[in-house]
Amino acid sequence: MENKKHTRKGDIIFSDYTPGDGIKKAVTLSREDILFEIKDSKLKGRGGAGFPVSTKWMLAAAAISDEKYIVCNADEGEPGTFKDRVLLYEYPELVFDGMVIAGYTIGAKKGIVYLRGEYEHALKPLEDYLQKMRDENLLGKSILGIRNFNFDIEIFVGSSAYVCGEETALIESLEGNRGEARNRPPYPVNTGFKKKPTSVNNVETLCCIPHIVLNGGNWFKKFGTGESTGTKIFSISGDCEKPDVYELPWGTTLKELLEISGAQNTKAVQIGGASGQCVPKAQFNRKLAYEDLPTGGSIIVFNESRNMLKVLKNFMEFFVEESCGQCTPCRIGNRKLLEGVNMIEKGEYTFTYLNKLKELGKTMQVASKCGLGQSSPNSFISILENFNDEIFSYNNGGTHA
Amino acid sequence: MLVSEKTSLTEEIELLVQKYGNDRSSLLKILQDVQKNHRYISEFAQQEIARLLKIHPVEVYSVVSFYAFLNSKPKGRNIVRICRTITCDMKNKEAIAKAVERELGIKMGETTKDKKFTIEYANCLGLCDEGPAMAINERVYTKLTPEKAVEYLNSVK
Ligand SMILES: Cc1cc2nc3c(=O)[nH]c(=O)nc-3n(C[C@H](O)[C@H](O)[C@H](O)COP(=O)(O)O)c2cc1C
Ligand code: SF4
Ligand code: FES
Repeated sequence: MENKKHTRKGDIIFSDYTPGDGIKKAVTLSREDILFEIKDSKLKGRGGAGFPVSTKWMLAAAAISDEKYIVCNADEGEPGTFKDRVLLYEYPELVFDGMVIAGYTIGAKKGIVYLRGEYEHALKPLEDYLQKMRDENLLGKSILGIRNFNFDIEIFVGSSAYVCGEETALIESLEGNRGEARNRPPYPVNTGFKKKPTSVNNVETLCCIPHIVLNGGNWFKKFGTGESTGTKIFSISGDCEKPDVYELPWGTTLKELLEISGAQNTKAVQIGGASGQCVPKAQFNRKLAYEDLPTGGSIIVFNESRNMLKVLKNFMEFFVEESCGQCTPCRIGNRKLLEGVNMIEKGEYTFTYLNKLKELGKTMQVASKCGLGQSSPNSFISILENFNDEIFSYNNGGTHA
Repeated sequence: MLVSEKTSLTEEIELLVQKYGNDRSSLLKILQDVQKNHRYISEFAQQEIARLLKIHPVEVYSVVSFYAFLNSKPKGRNIVRICRTITCDMKNKEAIAKAVERELGIKMGETTKDKKFTIEYANCLGLCDEGPAMAINERVYTKLTPEKAVEYLNSVK
């Protein structure tokens, strides 16, 4: 893996930052001031769900408890996303300063990074970095000499299960259980790790925090759109010349994204990984923003040579494998959808049955217990709808090998 | 398993329980260390962990069976995982898998006779910008060609 930090440019996360500065500024402010700036910034969670960070932190700050936790969600398992890997390697100062500021703001003494098992290679550099922070009194007891400001960070390595990125499954996993999503409510901000108030935040979300504390919410809002403030880190892969992470303001169009990454003859773009939707060429003027195409940042580019049915099959195999099996719509539903794809591949389908499968997909979206089963039908539905010409000529001696 | 092996495994687990604490939340850390040391978590190890954490052995088994990186059946000393997810698939992960299969004379999911390697498919390794990607134990290898993949395998002791 290449470290390209010196070449990266961006308005917020990839801008200049001196390690520790966010913490030094935060301790001159009151908790209320920090919460105000975050509220003013309108920062939304970058892990995919887009929940306002200030709301989560206000609830966590208001919860009365002797123990609270900040969890950094570094389980990044959505196909096509690798931004958190880059942030952990190249910008650990932002991730950890963000966690310390979170601890100060909500009154937590402990932070836990849930690092996906596949990223164990990052463990050593991250632990070295944490030690450096302790040596500089940016972590540990009486941070920056402030009495009663104690906060430390532990890294917990997962054992590979995509669903553990879902925050309640993640907490189950931390507690030594199978990573099965819990019913919500109660939410983790009230009843989280070890039943204590817990704020789970994505790596990228935490990276925004030091910059907001230093420059204010108003500055943050200068970037992006009305509803989608700030920037987003996009992980772009697939058929393009420069697959990489890019920091761009929310509101950037797909067309612009394709140009920047050197994509040519593009037929379709998958937004938000396997659980997202597939957008055809006719819609490349659409904007990446909560108002139009929301995304956790996974962007996969397909050129004209790709067979979209094969793409869909790869996604459905992923979900069949990763469903935790706890609830029926998701456990059985994903199998049925994959069977449907196999039937189309073999030319053994009826449109009546496929329509039933689309209905099943819609049922899964409402009846599944967690986001995995609620979103796994997205690609099935969007690919069949947007590429039906291609897919259903496939069996009539179409051009797809 | 020999009696002496059993005693040493028990001792090893006792040390792990001391290190991480006998709270339920230590379970994954203990399992991960046993997995790392032995490349699998035997039924006996699971029973000992359950005994020392004061939980039912079925609880331990249900956790082991849930996570892709934990297993209750013996595997090779080196576990090779080739990413099969979309971007690596588009970058011809198939050719990588075939080359590795041919070189080792086994199929995906199998272990070599000398127990040196187990090869399997994995879901997205988060290296999609540098695919096709593969991991050998904790180390990752990117921008593979079939030839390079085999070279990396051969460099493993
Ligand atoms: C199946 C599934 C997988 C998820 N994976 C991740 C993940 O890898 N990283 C992440 O930050 N959030 C993931 N989430 C979202 C989390 O549940 C949660 O919303 C997020 O961590 C909150 O942090 P944020 O508000 O900063 O985005 C996932 C959700 C679902 C349903
Ligand atoms: S939706 Fe799927 S992953 Fe989520 S709880 Fe149900 S079975 Fe498990
Ligand atoms: S698809 Fe292979 S690393 Fe992401």
